[in-house]
Amino acid sequence: MTGVPWLSLLIVVPLLAGIICLFVKDNGARWTALIATLIDFALSIYLWTQYDPDGAQWQFVEKMPFGGLVNWALGIDGIALLLIVLTAFLMPICIGASWRSIEKRVPEYMAYFLLMEALIVGSFAAQDLLLFYIFFEGGLIPMYLIIGVWGGAERIKASYKFFLYTLLGSVLMLIAMLYMASTAHTTSIPALMAYDFPVDAQRLLFLAFLASFAVKLPMWPVHTWLPDAHVQAPTAGSVILAGVLLKLGGYGFIRFSLPMFPEGSAEFIPLMFVLSGVAAIYTSLVALVQKDMKKLIAYSSVAHMAFVTFGLFAMNRQGIEGAMLVMLGHGLVSGALFLCVGVVYDRLHTRDIDRYGGLSNNMPGYALLFMVFTMASIGLPGTSNFPGEFLSMVGTYRASSWAAVAACFSTILAAAYMLYLYWRICFGTSRNKDAAAMQDLSAREWWLLAPIVAGVFWMGIYPESFLKPMRNDIGRVLTRMERVAPAGDSHLTVPTMANGMHQEHGATH
Amino acid sequence: MVRFAPLLPEIILSTAGIVLMMVAAFTGRRGSAAVSWLAVLSLVGATAALVGAPSHAGPIFDGLVSADLFASFGKAIIFPAAAVAIIAAHGWFERGTEHASEYAVLILFSAVGMSVMVSATSLISLYVGLELQSLAAYVLASYRRTDERSAEAGLKYFVLGALASGILLYGISLLYGFAGTANFSGLAATFARGAPSLGLLFGLVFVLAGLAFKISAVPFHMWTPDVYEGAPTPVTAFFASAPKAAAVLLATRVCIEALGPATDAWRQIVICAALASIFLGAVAAYGQTNIKRLLAYSSINNVGFALVGLAAAGPQGTSSVLFYMAVYVVMTLGAFLCVLWMRDEKGRPVESIASLSGLAQTRPAFAAAFAMFMFSLAGIPPLFGFWPKLLVFNAAVASGYVALAVAAILGTVIGAYYYLRIIKVMYMDEPAAPYGRAREPLQGLLILLAAIVISPLGYLLIGPLGSLTDRAAGSLF
Repeated sequence: MTGVPWLSLLIVVPLLAGIICLFVKDNGARWTALIATLIDFALSIYLWTQYDPDGAQWQFVEKMPFGGLVNWALGIDGIALLLIVLTAFLMPICIGASWRSIEKRVPEYMAYFLLMEALIVGSFAAQDLLLFYIFFEGGLIPMYLIIGVWGGAERIKASYKFFLYTLLGSVLMLIAMLYMASTAHTTSIPALMAYDFPVDAQRLLFLAFLASFAVKLPMWPVHTWLPDAHVQAPTAGSVILAGVLLKLGGYGFIRFSLPMFPEGSAEFIPLMFVLSGVAAIYTSLVALVQKDMKKLIAYSSVAHMAFVTFGLFAMNRQGIEGAMLVMLGHGLVSGALFLCVGVVYDRLHTRDIDRYGGLSNNMPGYALLFMVFTMASIGLPGTSNFPGEFLSMVGTYRASSWAAVAACFSTILAAAYMLYLYWRICFGTSRNKDAAAMQDLSAREWWLLAPIVAGVFWMGIYPESFLKPMRNDIGRVLTRMERVAPAGDSHLTVPTMANGMHQEHGATH
Repeated sequence: MVRFAPLLPEIILSTAGIVLMMVAAFTGRRGSAAVSWLAVLSLVGATAALVGAPSHAGPIFDGLVSADLFASFGKAIIFPAAAVAIIAAHGWFERGTEHASEYAVLILFSAVGMSVMVSATSLISLYVGLELQSLAAYVLASYRRTDERSAEAGLKYFVLGALASGILLYGISLLYGFAGTANFSGLAATFARGAPSLGLLFGLVFVLAGLAFKISAVPFHMWTPDVYEGAPTPVTAFFASAPKAAAVLLATRVCIEALGPATDAWRQIVICAALASIFLGAVAAYGQTNIKRLLAYSSINNVGFALVGLAAAGPQGTSSVLFYMAVYVVMTLGAFLCVLWMRDEKGRPVESIASLSGLAQTRPAFAAAFAMFMFSLAGIPPLFGFWPKLLVFNAAVASGYVALAVAAILGTVIGAYYYLRIIKVMYMDEPAAPYGRAREPLQGLLILLAAIVISPLGYLLIGPLGSLTDRAAGSLF
């Protein structure tokens, strides 16, 4: 360990600010939280600029033993780096989104958000198995309180469901981790990523980790906690839940399941594809019939996460790169969509789609931004979700053409439910006087959404900035997967010109 | 004189107990504060006396007791916990008609009994220690003798405790009769000679049943909720901490040192008791409305986890049990000190969970500390209560009992529900009538200390505490 412990700093800054928040009044807490999250964002950008994509696999490494099973070992590769940047980017926006809409117990609220940021960054940066678990699990506490204290009418039920569901998934992973530590005699994640467990043990280990990450991601059929949690959570809570917390599941797959249990993962490819396929189509259909805006977006999250699992378990470069881009893109877009819901919810205090309509008349600015995010969510070329979804689909097609068919349906259905939502909210004539009287975006709301719009276009137009830091790390995962990667059923051959012409000719007649 | 040097802590406590009893008898209520403080002082002195060579003298008095690191570790948990129990009672009994001073004296005698328990290496000294502790405990449970619930608790505890003592004694007689010795080393030699005879097995089962009563493991737990609810709160705090730790350590020493060669014979009993305690402790707590009853079930639940470590056996398992009990005592005392502060405007104790409603808004610091103890008892990271649970699971996995670890950890999820319920009441419900201010700065300090230990800062203790428990466990092998 040399020089400044950047990653520890990234964790400690929000933690300290969170403690300070508890001792100041409402406005002080707001400003403390905003400044702390902005400092963290600046730090993460600094890390991004200092990160060397062609350098060592693990950079900014720190290590300090506790003396027992667990070590304070931090370090990031390109994958973790970008997820940390995403977290640090969304956090100040969350604080801003709660600036006016949270009025009771503000210091506590800000403290929990800052605590959560510290824990999430910690889980992405942890290089020790048990340290990761501590951060990963610890994130439940602030989220439980945020949903339970500041949530909607059904908040208690949603908070319990969130906590117990996720806990149940995670504890099995803990036992698997203990088994790994006692077999491999190390808890260091980099060491374990190169360790070969016996194949029959890998199967069980994979299932134990799947129990945790499938709930977190979430995958069908263990996604049912998500709509409840999203609907009941305050806007910023939904943003952070959809934007970052779900990504912990995908991150878990790429960091643990794939490189640590390659054989185990390969054996369960059919299962993962079936679950992803069901999620892609079924949850999209469910999203189509929702009457609650937040619930619709929540189900769309589940459907989008299917692209992540499709891509990851295609086990080829396009698939995994696509999965990572989908995670980043979805982090921006779903966060932005929840913010858009929050904007109108703050004005009318209902999430009922039927109460809105014709907002493009009285809220043109809002309608414009909402349109951008809707298109991004559908995966329109030029927006953030397109490169990810496209790559993920290409990767999936190379592994299994049937899975790719399911993935394509997801895109079509995404267009259906998102456009249907947009049409009902923004177009037509307003059905209610109070909806028609709503003011357009305030300056604060512009400030919150504009950076995300910039991010959405940047990622859509020049995804290379995001792919570059991850390229070598994905390559390293692929090297681990090489011996088990599925051959695929689509054997593409480039036809000769004459042959191709002939076939085309035959087909038309 | 040299022979008595290792017993210095017990000598200090016994002398202090006898002298203070006289003082209490002659000064009456006037001297109660002085007696309490002197008792705390003697416990601190006894703890200080643990440091140094005499506590590592090995077997003394023909192997009746052993002054090893295991015993010292146990005493290092028990004496401070007993001192906290005395401090916790400050300002509690003065309001009633009782003589507050005898409370401290009884705790001292109980502490002597517990310290004999953790150092006993013979069935005879084991029984003597256990009875000395229990007799003091029966009186303590009914200390508020004008209160029906307290009297009932004392009677119930006494009757059931006598039954358990009888079972234990019967087991001891069988073991002694079939092995011809009451020494742990002699018993181990007998068990090592091959498959144990039926008589020895019966003795083993009865002894374990008697001990299971003392640690309130299912199915011998029935007394716990009633006694915990009925006894005065400082007494409950005491019951849930020091005697429980002492009994678990005693059971560990019996299982490892005396019955070590017969591990296969007792392991299944311990596994059954562990899982039954975890699940019953978790499920039965659901409907409780009284915080003391709920914490009683929580203590049953927690003992189950300690038994998982015991079932793993071996140095690692033993070490995890020691670690577990050390952290458990801190969490439990913290939680009960919080319960002590639950008093209405007039200073009368309140015990309903509903009265905690909205505490986070009326008394944020108090609520935060209580919430930390609850999350920690539930074993949710990043609080320190997670770590001992991890250690017992790790011991179970390392010795090949993965299924046991999986079953036990699923129990934590079930248990998490009722801990969450308390947090929900404190944080998410609308405020109820606020509590009166407790003017007990020392207790406040203790709550703060306990909260710091179980906060993430506690992870800094993993190194020192871990090596200590490893060495203490090593002294049994």
